[in-house]
Amino acid sequence: MNRFLNKKLNIIYNPQLLPNFMRLTKYQYNMKSNRLIAVTTVVFLMGTLFTSCSKDEGCTDPAANNFDVEALKDDGSCIYDKEHEEEHEEAHITFNFTHHFDGIPVTASNFNQFNFVTANGDTISISKLRYLISDMRLYTTGGDSVMMNGHQLVDLTNGTGLSYAAGESDLGSFAGIGFNFGFDTTDNAGNYLDLNSANWNWPMMIGGGYHNMQFEGKYKLNGVDSTFAYHNGTANFMGIFEQNHISVKLPGIALNQHNVVVNIEMNIAEWFRNPNVWNLDTYHSNLMMNGGVQKMMQANGYNVFSLGSISQRK
Amino acid sequence: MKKSLFILLVITVSFYSCSKTEEPIPTPEPTPQQPGQPTPAPLLIPQIFSQNILAPFIPSNNPQTIEGVALGRKLFFDPILSGDGTQACADCHSPEFSFTDSNQFSTGITMQQGNRNSMAVFNVAWNWNGKFFWDGRANSLEAQALGPVVNPIEMNNTWPNAVASLQADPNYPSLFNTAFGTSTIDSNLVAMAIAQFERTLISANSRFDQFLLGQIALTPQELNGFNLFMDENGGDCFHCHGGANNPLWTDNDFHNNGLDATFTDNGRGIVTGNPADNGKFKSPSLRNLAYTAPYMHDGRFATLDEVLDHYSIGLVNSPTIDPLMKFVGQGGVQLTPSEKADLKAFLLSLTDNDFITNPAFQDPNP
Repeated sequence: MNRFLNKKLNIIYNPQLLPNFMRLTKYQYNMKSNRLIAVTTVVFLMGTLFTSCSKDEGCTDPAANNFDVEALKDDGSCIYDKEHEEEHEEAHITFNFTHHFDGIPVTASNFNQFNFVTANGDTISISKLRYLISDMRLYTTGGDSVMMNGHQLVDLTNGTGLSYAAGESDLGSFAGIGFNFGFDTTDNAGNYLDLNSANWNWPMMIGGGYHNMQFEGKYKLNGVDSTFAYHNGTANFMGIFEQNHISVKLPGIALNQHNVVVNIEMNIAEWFRNPNVWNLDTYHSNLMMNGGVQKMMQANGYNVFSLGSISQRK
Repeated sequence: MKKSLFILLVITVSFYSCSKTEEPIPTPEPTPQQPGQPTPAPLLIPQIFSQNILAPFIPSNNPQTIEGVALGRKLFFDPILSGDGTQACADCHSPEFSFTDSNQFSTGITMQQGNRNSMAVFNVAWNWNGKFFWDGRANSLEAQALGPVVNPIEMNNTWPNAVASLQADPNYPSLFNTAFGTSTIDSNLVAMAIAQFERTLISANSRFDQFLLGQIALTPQELNGFNLFMDENGGDCFHCHGGANNPLWTDNDFHNNGLDATFTDNGRGIVTGNPADNGKFKSPSLRNLAYTAPYMHDGRFATLDEVLDHYSIGLVNSPTIDPLMKFVGQGGVQLTPSEKADLKAFLLSLTDNDFITNPAFQDPNP
């Protein structure tokens, strides 16, 4: 073994086999210690190692049977066993936000028409409706939840944000769908460029952060058109601020196909009904500063959302 | 022996890890700047914008370039685009007035006047909805720039004539060539160059901007005015005009702000054909109000005091009144004289004097 090693080293140490810049003169070769030779060798070999061994393509998924630790770029060669594939089948979930007033569909096309009668008997028209959804999630049967990404400004007025690609989830049964109407206290302290750009901020003097909803229109007052601005956000009680988002819980869902569309319905009539029958003549404008009115909106808001139809396809 | 083993280890590792066939990684040749290609000139985004609002919108088919902006600037200040060679864009959109003029209605080359006030031009790349003019009838900045040249009561030209004038000019064909790679001029290239210049007109250095960046303090009166601006029980201006987190000071949307009971100009309704849009006009930015008088889409208010009086006691009801115009039955939000003075002080803190004097925004033509 030693003999073999020495022979190999002799080959390596032969100056004729070394590149020019590493060659030693005969004098140097003879005079330098073994230590120098060893260091030179190591430097040379390490150089060889690092310059010549860059591996490029292979399977880069650690979950695959043929995961290649050296591969830098995936070449599509990953092989999985069947169990793995089933385990990781996913559903792409889209939430559609739809709106009605006690069964009458509401879209921007029937805005500005006195089509709707509230629980208080006020005939109203709608000119603006937009609201914020955040923390969309699926509840597992174990009580945990799977978070979906981001937040969504649903704007019925402009027809934007009505469809929300929430991301992927493993197939299976979930005990519930949940989301926040508005931001919770933590999220409400964030800075969101998209929402700032949409003029969605809630004034600092009444708690700051963002609106939950801007809902505007008209009601008939003694036969005369009068306006309302039903804006919802943090509740202000003389400078003491109380969170005012709504944690919405909807029934469960079984995801069994790759593409799932879930309709979330808002019954706009509920904002005026339960438990607070809304008198627009009393509460029509300047409602943002009024913490008590803000909490009345929140109470009514718990009945606003329901789970609509679900469509699934491969 | 120890040394030998170490060296063996190194060799072993070296050869073991090199089991795959090596191929040299090809190094791409640096692509030389092609002669005649314009030089990219991305917008310099002010900190107050980048930390609060989305990135500006630049159409992918009209990227900002040094040559394009320079050409647009030259065109903007050049009367060559008008029917008789006497009027430039800048005549009604002058840097000294924050790119509007001081008239209620501007006068075109045939001495006619329209019924809308010339709009100030700044921060237009952040108008994400892409709707321009008081009624939003243009769907892009480029489309907007095409309009005034051929408007009979403005520059009263035809595009074939304007293009012919530019084509016959000793300088313009080569300037278009350096900006767009062709010396064959057309109206779209003219509009693209002007739009590029207009997108560089960024205003973000008012005292209030400096206050938000922690660089200066505001006066108590200005701060009180800002509170009134943000207070739903005060001025309630922020719903349409932004705030500390939206430094554009406009929502770029369309509202009926209670000017008239009946409309002589249907505004947005003319464009959409929807009666619910009648009497709605675009919210203008509140930046640089010190330079942009008179105010409103028809320039009816000569002073800021008149504007504040309007929202305070002058609101008029109409079928499309915006629900944000509250207390319309009482004429408005009923501000006291001292509240109006405070609000005005705050509004004037949105003045950006550097924008007015910025050398890059002045007439480049000799």
